Amino acid sequence: MGETPFLRMEEITKTFPGVVANDRVNLEVRHGEIHALLGENGAGKSTLMNVLYGLYQPNGGRILLEGRPVTIHSPEDAIHRGIGMVHQHFMLVPPLSVTENVILGLPGARGILLDRDQARQRIQEISHSYGLEVDPDAPVGALSVGVQQRVEIIKALYRGARLLILDEPTAVLTPQEIQGLFAVMRRLVADGDNAIIFISHKLDEVMAISDRVTVLRNGKDVATLLTRETNKAELARLMVGREVLFRIEKPPAQPGPVVLEIQDLVVRDDRDVPAVRRLSLQVRQGEILGLAGVDGNGQRELAEAIAGLRIPEAGRIRIHGQDVTRLDAGDLLRFNLAYIPEDRQREGLVLEFKLSENFIAKSFRRPPFSVRGFLRHPAILDFARRLIRRFDVRAPGPEVEARKLSGGNQQKVVLARELSREPDLIISAQATRGLDVGAAEFVEQQMLAQRARGAAVLYISNELEEIFNLSDRIAVIHRGEIMGVVRPDQVTPEELGLMMAGIRRQDAPEPRPETAEPSKEALP
Amino acid sequence: MDMDAVIGLLHATIRLSTPLLFAAIGGLYNERAGVINIALEGKMLLGALVGFMVAFSSGNPWLGVLAAAASGALVALLFAYVTVTLGADQIVTAVAINLMMLGFTGVVFRLMKAANSGSLSAPTFQEWPVPGLDQIPLLGPVLFRHLPLVYLAFLLVPLAHFIFYRTTWGLSIRAVGEHPRAADTLGVKVRTVRYLTVLWGGAMAAVGGAVLSIGHNSTFIENMTAGRGFIAFSAIVFGKWTPLGTMLASLLFGFADALQLRIQAGILEPFFRSLGIQEVAYQIPVMLPYVVTLVALFFIGKSHWPAAAAIHYDREEG
Repeated sequence: MGETPFLRMEEITKTFPGVVANDRVNLEVRHGEIHALLGENGAGKSTLMNVLYGLYQPNGGRILLEGRPVTIHSPEDAIHRGIGMVHQHFMLVPPLSVTENVILGLPGARGILLDRDQARQRIQEISHSYGLEVDPDAPVGALSVGVQQRVEIIKALYRGARLLILDEPTAVLTPQEIQGLFAVMRRLVADGDNAIIFISHKLDEVMAISDRVTVLRNGKDVATLLTRETNKAELARLMVGREVLFRIEKPPAQPGPVVLEIQDLVVRDDRDVPAVRRLSLQVRQGEILGLAGVDGNGQRELAEAIAGLRIPEAGRIRIHGQDVTRLDAGDLLRFNLAYIPEDRQREGLVLEFKLSENFIAKSFRRPPFSVRGFLRHPAILDFARRLIRRFDVRAPGPEVEARKLSGGNQQKVVLARELSREPDLIISAQATRGLDVGAAEFVEQQMLAQRARGAAVLYISNELEEIFNLSDRIAVIHRGEIMGVVRPDQVTPEELGLMMAGIRRQDAPEPRPETAEPSKEALP
Repeated sequence: MDMDAVIGLLHATIRLSTPLLFAAIGGLYNERAGVINIALEGKMLLGALVGFMVAFSSGNPWLGVLAAAASGALVALLFAYVTVTLGADQIVTAVAINLMMLGFTGVVFRLMKAANSGSLSAPTFQEWPVPGLDQIPLLGPVLFRHLPLVYLAFLLVPLAHFIFYRTTWGLSIRAVGEHPRAADTLGVKVRTVRYLTVLWGGAMAAVGGAVLSIGHNSTFIENMTAGRGFIAFSAIVFGKWTPLGTMLASLLFGFADALQLRIQAGILEPFFRSLGIQEVAYQIPVMLPYVVTLVALFFIGKSHWPAAAAIHYDREEG
């Protein structure tokens, strides 16, 4: 480890209109270390890294590389100085091949002519030395997310990156893929010359892989610690600014009759490819069925099919025994179904509308909100005020536009609208995505409250920890099929990971709807 | 139909697809870079006028073509500034340019007519038979007895293919059209790529227009492009954004044009007579190229636009 740190970012400030994303942030990274940058969503991690990578220009502060002050004007500049970045949302061009993606933007060895052969060879060299297996000729759009991530890392190494920024690299991976990534990361820093900045909000991963950790909160750096001298609880406290409970207490489930029954469902996605394939599931009154899986394995299409937003190609959906397979969202209002969509800003809310209008989006046709086609504003406002209080929405008032609220408060508005109708069935898709710890806790508490009231909850999430905390049973989806249904206390995260990667669990076969009896659980 | 008529029809197909081909292959560059260009029409019209004016006053049709290209690039520069730099909507801006060019070329041409009492006839290009090849039976007269601009247009097709798929430029263009931010993170200069492709597309569209005024004719006529810019635009879509496909689409539309001219000239008269139809209004065959365009786009099914087509890119907006 050299005396001069590899990187020093000093007093970096970056503001956007109305927001201070980075407020005099300091970060020091040494040669040969994996340095974790920990913080909640919106803490300023990505902004800081975009400054380092030349995508944003800071309003203040300076950057030193190996002791020398530098100004990084553009990503090109950053690449030139040996900085590589793997973005959270991959920067790959789907129709282009792996090789084309890797050499994009580089001057060709033969002038303007593309030299695919030479590039292919170097890609293979890099993949062999770091264990990043990939087919150089495959179109990137056809590769799995885990492999796409390898392409991103190869892309950076191909450009001679020595300081590699990995922005939330584990968010889209199965536990096994995460272990593979960690192995690659260790090999990358093994010679003591390179360094990795590992951005994460997951404490377990930070504890497992990093040498040191810098914690950001509300755009400020609150601490830099040696990982081996700290622990999860301390990091969580630094990250959130208060004590955090890791386990939610919940009473045992009291499952009643089947509310939602799905049988051999087939649903196509937007590209007309079957995304849900002969999937069968049941959710009972008073239970939370967690649906775990890597993003993009049919969860969205399944949720949309149940909510009446996507017409299934085959199979049956029944609510309280009635066939609702071909009903649309409007028809389903009768069945007292609540739907918390994956994308709250595009589907859950009309951002340009006031909170009061968003609250009545599903009930404005009925009294007391409208009478003979005319809206009743006093009743609407009164209703809005009640929901704002009950769901603790932090907003200036019921007439403010939904757009003006933070992500957590927007989600509370969606929850308020959906849950205030006391639904029998709740379809929740990635309800805590992008929320800070406090807001995520609120969502989880609400789900448990609904379960206690007797609602059937299908809880779709990519976050394993959340699935374990909330679920009474866990179903794992892979490529539109259920890999098994298990109880959270009878499975390890590693076993779930295998199922998420497509390995069907033999000892926990799917319960067949025919054999399920209301009196006992349908599980072995 | 005898052999001469077939040769005539095919020859005319190639001749009439040339203006479309210039505009479409040129426009393909900026479309692949994510800039939709329905202003091809306006740029063609301007090119037709400027090409004619410069050929008329200088006596040299080649100077006319060069001037047309320059004028097309100039308007394209305006288009690029407004859309790529300022972030204005590409479609709305293009509509404005089309309307502006229709009025502008009309006014300028009328002023020119008023100032010149004599005939407004420019020197035109002469056919350039390719020695040897033009003697091949059938193929010779169809393919190798054309204006030099025709050969040039068809040479642009393999050139475009080569640039798109065999050079770093082409890779950058394709990446910018699909995922500009990804390209940006790798040091590809998104704006520069978009500017250059828009300029090139504008220049080529204007050359296509000049083919109409000083290639096929020797004068300018108000609204002489009559929607060919839009047909060229459709050729890109119908050709699925590949140079070869775009060429085939241009040829199809050129064929429709050649055919309608012959229908107007009466080749189908015996057929109509046999149906008891005495006379067919000339407006009906004139519709043919447009109808073919519509039908072609109807049959192509779902088209896969470059993912970032018509989407403004700004680095700090993500």
